[in-house]
Amino acid sequence: MSFPWAKPYEPQHPLMKWMDEKLPIPRLVYNATGPGYPVPRNLNYFWNFGVLAGAALMIQIITGIVLAMHYAANAGVAFNSVEHIMRDVNAGWFIRYAHMNGASMFFIVVYLHIFRGLYYGSYKAPREMVWLLGVVIFLLMMATAFMGYVLPWGQMSFWGAQVITGFFSAIPVVGEPVREWLLGGFVPDNATLNRFFSLHYLLPFVILGVIILHIWALHIPGSSNPTGIEVKDEQDTVPFHPYYTAKDGFGVGVFLLVFVALTFFSPNTLGHADNYIPANSLSTPAHIVPEWYFLPFYAILKAFTFNFLWIDAKLWGVIAMFASIALLFFLPWLDSSPIKSSNYRPLYRIFFWILVFDVLLLGLCGMQPAEQPWVILSQLGAIYYFAHFLVILPIVSRIERPLPMPNSITEAVLAKHATDASSASATA
Amino acid sequence: MASESELNAGIEDGVRRRDFINIAAVSFAGVGAVAVVLPLLNQMNPSADVLALSTTEIDISAIQPGQAIKTSWRKQPVFVRNLVAKEIAEAKAVPLGDLRDPETIDQRTKPGKENWLITLGVCTHLGCVPLGAAEGENKGDFGGYFCPCHGSHYDTAARIRKGPAPKNLVVPPYEFTSDTVVTIG
Repeated sequence: MSFPWAKPYEPQHPLMKWMDEKLPIPRLVYNATGPGYPVPRNLNYFWNFGVLAGAALMIQIITGIVLAMHYAANAGVAFNSVEHIMRDVNAGWFIRYAHMNGASMFFIVVYLHIFRGLYYGSYKAPREMVWLLGVVIFLLMMATAFMGYVLPWGQMSFWGAQVITGFFSAIPVVGEPVREWLLGGFVPDNATLNRFFSLHYLLPFVILGVIILHIWALHIPGSSNPTGIEVKDEQDTVPFHPYYTAKDGFGVGVFLLVFVALTFFSPNTLGHADNYIPANSLSTPAHIVPEWYFLPFYAILKAFTFNFLWIDAKLWGVIAMFASIALLFFLPWLDSSPIKSSNYRPLYRIFFWILVFDVLLLGLCGMQPAEQPWVILSQLGAIYYFAHFLVILPIVSRIERPLPMPNSITEAVLAKHATDASSASATA
Repeated sequence: MASESELNAGIEDGVRRRDFINIAAVSFAGVGAVAVVLPLLNQMNPSADVLALSTTEIDISAIQPGQAIKTSWRKQPVFVRNLVAKEIAEAKAVPLGDLRDPETIDQRTKPGKENWLITLGVCTHLGCVPLGAAEGENKGDFGGYFCPCHGSHYDTAARIRKGPAPKNLVVPPYEFTSDTVVTIG
């Protein structure tokens, strides 16, 4: 679906006409990312991050396929095969560093994309399905990143696999058999490494599939925008091409600058030195932490140090950690305010920024050893995280008085230009 | 083409032969699907060669009182600790009611060999190897083992006392084949 004023696809060349009759892929592209897709005229740079996430996925798939040509998924040689890539394979160091840091860049842009959605209420009707599919993509990304991190078979790889598969052993009765089934043994070993490699290769393509659904679901109501007011007529929109292809192109350029700066000048900053030590099943590194993008969830896991009700601390930690993500599936219904954009929600906006701070605090706690004051801070942080979604959000969305809103996107844009012009003339 | 009356011939209760064939065919396809899914799931369970590593012999003659060694069974670390009298007394002094996973030290050692504490070196929280087996390592607040990953403390009988772990360190099946040799598994 699209708006009635969307520019229709009219192939001129006979070959394109022939193609359009047989397999209308050019029509699909034209209507999805070309002149045939009208987009609100007021998108800001926070709307770049979807495209950037797509670019990051493509970088991961391309570098990953190349790495798989040189990597050997066998516990006996995996570590050395990664060193072989780093030292012997032509440009191997570059491709591996790009893949390693590409994962971090992917998560950075996806987190910004998620917080964009939280700030501007992109998860609300009529875009709930876009949000739900986004959470699915996030979960798949986490699984893929985790399994990829195991492949170099260093100390962090091994102990990451041990701890994360250990989550499943928290399940009563069937937990331990499930864990042995996942590992194919009693500890992570060759069977584990092989299956993780297989799945690590598969899941990115599953992510690609869900991204197509995500975009499909997005294109039914059309893109959201910073005012949160839906498109009313043609003057509220511009065609995706050339307006947003150009804007996204600029964003991709900036993204790549940051990416290559990280890859070339600081490739190991976001990693852990311990992962350059081969896996040793008899010795846990003194301080194990997951990759930075899992830290807030890891802090929630670690926050439970005591048994509570009839459930033990371990199971609580695992439940809380999974719940912290599962909660996002319910967000469109927890926030009942019809106003989307935080620009018009004075109260929610405050809590949004507190949530950002809380997640950063949890990330910091996740990095720290299981000692005070970090334990109590992660407990407070975890309580606040759940309170934000389960208590604060439903209450705020009921009691809040939104600020006056413009009648349309165009009115908002023109009003902004008018104030810009008057303040410019005032200073002049 | 069979006419409607032919299809319904001989059926009084409203169930046609075609309905029966439909249900039978789909049900049998379901049985087939399950038969295919089972091996596809079961292939992920530990394979025969992994299961075959199930016994290990340990010579304990060189372990002095107060010392512990780390060895491995089924690729998992195992702690063998020669407890001193004070450690045994400490473990016995704890009321069972204070324990998260109540077990006495006698239940966790063999009769007459209660100075030999043999446990898996796998934290029951998320599976890290606790510290405390080697000389000079942090033994935690209760003088047993300490898991640095998430801060679980175990006492001198390797029972969980503090932190997120739910259970005591697991005592694997083992027996003394002689005074100085233990067979685990």
